[in-house]
Amino acid sequence: MNKTAPLDVIKEPSMLKQKEMIDTNFKSLSTANEEGRKVCSTFVPGNLNELLMCFDFTRNFPEINALQNGMRKKSGRLIMEAERNGQSEDVCTYVKSDLGMMLQGNIGPTGDKLPDPDVLLLSYTGCFTFMKWFELVREKYDCETIMLHVPYQADGKITKNMRDYVVKQLKEDVIPTLERVSGVKFDMDRLRQYMRQSAKAEDDLVWILQSAKNRPSPIDAFFGGVYYIGPIFTAFRGTEAATEYYRVLRGEIQQRLANGQGPVTPEGDFGKERFRLVVEGTPNYTNFREFWKMFYDEGAVVVASSYTKVGGVYDFGFRHDPDHPLESLADYCLGCYTNLSLPARIKMLCNYMDDYQADGLVINSVKSCNSFSAGQLLMLREIEKRTGKPGAFIETDLVDPRYFSAANVKNRLESYFQMLQQKGAHQAA
Amino acid sequence: MECFIGIDLGSTTTKAVVMNRELQVLGRGITNSRSNYDVAAEVAKQEALLNARFHLFRQSLDRVAALDGRLDGFLDQLVRDFRLEQFLEQLADLEQTCTANATSDRFGAETKALHEALAEIFRRLNREAPKQFAAGANRKSDFFRDIAGSRYLAVGEEVAGECKLSFDYVLNVYDRSIIDVENRISEEGLSDKLMRALDRTFAAFADLSAASDAVRAPVKAALDVALEETYVIGTGYGRARLPFSKEHIRSEILCHGLGAHVMYPDTATVLDIGGQDTKAIQVDPAGIVENFQMNDRCAAGCGRYLGYIADEMNLGLHELGPLALKSTRNVRINSTCTVFAGAELRDRLSLGEAREDILAGLHRAIILRAMSILSRSGGIRDQFTFTGGVANNGAAVKALKQLIKENYGDLTINIDPDSIYTGALGAATFARRAIEADAAPAGEH
Repeated sequence: MNKTAPLDVIKEPSMLKQKEMIDTNFKSLSTANEEGRKVCSTFVPGNLNELLMCFDFTRNFPEINALQNGMRKKSGRLIMEAERNGQSEDVCTYVKSDLGMMLQGNIGPTGDKLPDPDVLLLSYTGCFTFMKWFELVREKYDCETIMLHVPYQADGKITKNMRDYVVKQLKEDVIPTLERVSGVKFDMDRLRQYMRQSAKAEDDLVWILQSAKNRPSPIDAFFGGVYYIGPIFTAFRGTEAATEYYRVLRGEIQQRLANGQGPVTPEGDFGKERFRLVVEGTPNYTNFREFWKMFYDEGAVVVASSYTKVGGVYDFGFRHDPDHPLESLADYCLGCYTNLSLPARIKMLCNYMDDYQADGLVINSVKSCNSFSAGQLLMLREIEKRTGKPGAFIETDLVDPRYFSAANVKNRLESYFQMLQQKGAHQAA
Repeated sequence: MECFIGIDLGSTTTKAVVMNRELQVLGRGITNSRSNYDVAAEVAKQEALLNARFHLFRQSLDRVAALDGRLDGFLDQLVRDFRLEQFLEQLADLEQTCTANATSDRFGAETKALHEALAEIFRRLNREAPKQFAAGANRKSDFFRDIAGSRYLAVGEEVAGECKLSFDYVLNVYDRSIIDVENRISEEGLSDKLMRALDRTFAAFADLSAASDAVRAPVKAALDVALEETYVIGTGYGRARLPFSKEHIRSEILCHGLGAHVMYPDTATVLDIGGQDTKAIQVDPAGIVENFQMNDRCAAGCGRYLGYIADEMNLGLHELGPLALKSTRNVRINSTCTVFAGAELRDRLSLGEAREDILAGLHRAIILRAMSILSRSGGIRDQFTFTGGVANNGAAVKALKQLIKENYGDLTINIDPDSIYTGALGAATFARRAIEADAAPAGEH
């Protein structure tokens, strides 16, 4: 990387809008305790943002704090703090970043203080670590904790029983507790109203992600996709601001498509599209741009990714449905990517390889993230077998800078791209 | 004459291969990678071109038949004499550099004594040098740094003792000088050195002196053949440091895959254990890479691990394998972590385990890790080709063969004695193909 001349990062209106939304939310969190607003901490996958808004909760997402700290080069110090406090090297680095941050006074990624939560809502249990994480947070804040059991989609489909089980918990446990903690009475019409906004934003998001089926793809569906999913998977889904963000973003991408342009990268327009890839697994946040650069410098664009489905999967038609609010909340929780069985994930990725005309599959594996990494090698082999397209396997970490070995990752990616090129040339001959 | 050159910049050694248009290997060169990849690449290339030059000598001398059936012995002697000349040249540079570095104020009143000691050390080193390059001499390594370094230390200690001079001073001067010397590329032309070497060789083969003119003429003619660097491809860990443009650089995965295919055309699976990475590569019948896996995030169980163990045991790297092969008992070593291995090694020694048994266990541990990377890449298919520096280690090969037999049954296992050059061979083949591709539109295909 060129250290003498920092890059002027290219930003489009949608990016500026998102940045403003994120900053506003951190500001709002920082004043919540003193202004008497109630705060709920909750996780991204299958979150119940619309429901929480019905009780005027300010929403805090520990995973987002961790990844934002990663992007701002703050997580390494926090992780070491958590390790000094007794957390093992093998523990999820999101957890350690969060715990380290709490130990150091809970100053958030933007420098604003984060509030003490009034309630913890764990709406997804596919990741066992989430439970342990909130146990630790609960111990610190001694606050109310709601545990919403979400059955795993072992057979690859959502049954009526599963949905009923989640709805029952919403009615009998989640909603009454949220009412009690917030002092606000639940209003189903308010929920429907938010869901209408969600559905509009979701339609636009799906269009945006599917625009990558074009050649050249106007978006990068992993590195760019991480930004695109920001509002919808966090505190903003159901708000007018989020809906507006996706409308603006869709307009920008429509324009790129009409102009025959590729994605926007931090260094400007993408060059010639040489390789189309599907990516499985999480990004690395500590060296996000450096990692991305290894792709776009070689003309590799990601046309589909599983990570952009981690909050919820919309491509199969799911939308938040104001006519069946609680049932659709249940379906949302049940349908998020990491709640899918391995065969379902494999099928989904194989379909992406075909639908998006990908040349290959890259798996970025993070050892400390079980909900993603377990079974990834098996997935790699099976997808290679079914599609006949080669895969690459690289290993980094979410937010621990010690586990990003740039030379190693670059070496592997370059080898992989050269292999794709060689194979392509060979087949053409 | 057209030369297609592949250079493989490894973390430990840098290798080069020169081939002709017909894909015949003309020469191979190797040097230690130092801390300077540019120099290492240049030196390895020069060494390979030199080796190619000797190939030409052989061809032309073969034709004149002046050596009365003793061509092989004569050429072997010539190579040794040439190496000696090269060594003496670098030794002279080392002496000059050490002497210059010995004038610093830090040596105070001892400066004069240090100069005298250096003069004596280099006198002795020069005197004993021919022995190092005699037929059958057992050198620890072929690299100047290793040979000169180990002898300087031994002779230096002797001389310092005799002169009542602190050995630290002698050592200090060497440490300050060796990197500069190692990173200087010889300016003297090949021709003069070779002619001096030829004089030495004729001195050794005194009975052939009548053939002197008949030999010198074709050698001179071969020296005059221009070895043109038609196309150069670089690969290996340090490839990004090569002063080449992007199209002259290939990943080592592709080069090892192709190199293994060139050596053994029926290769399906390749294992390469290098200094800091282990690669499992699957290739198709044309040598095109289909899939690969590498060690991740740390170099546990790679060649460097053996280097570390050798240091811990105060052995040369090449001594490890033969010692491990003497093992009579299985010792199970669990850790391939380079750092833990040292601790485990000391622990085992303190428990009274034999060194050879522990070493055999360590070799097996490395291979177990390689087996796991191989299975990640899709397993071992027939034929299997093992490449990289570790393929020269008998104990590693033994453990590998055994584990392959246990897990995959009887397969053909290829190990070429020149397997360390596999990456460079692949790169040279790519260089040759690049010209073919360039020429294609003109109707070559």
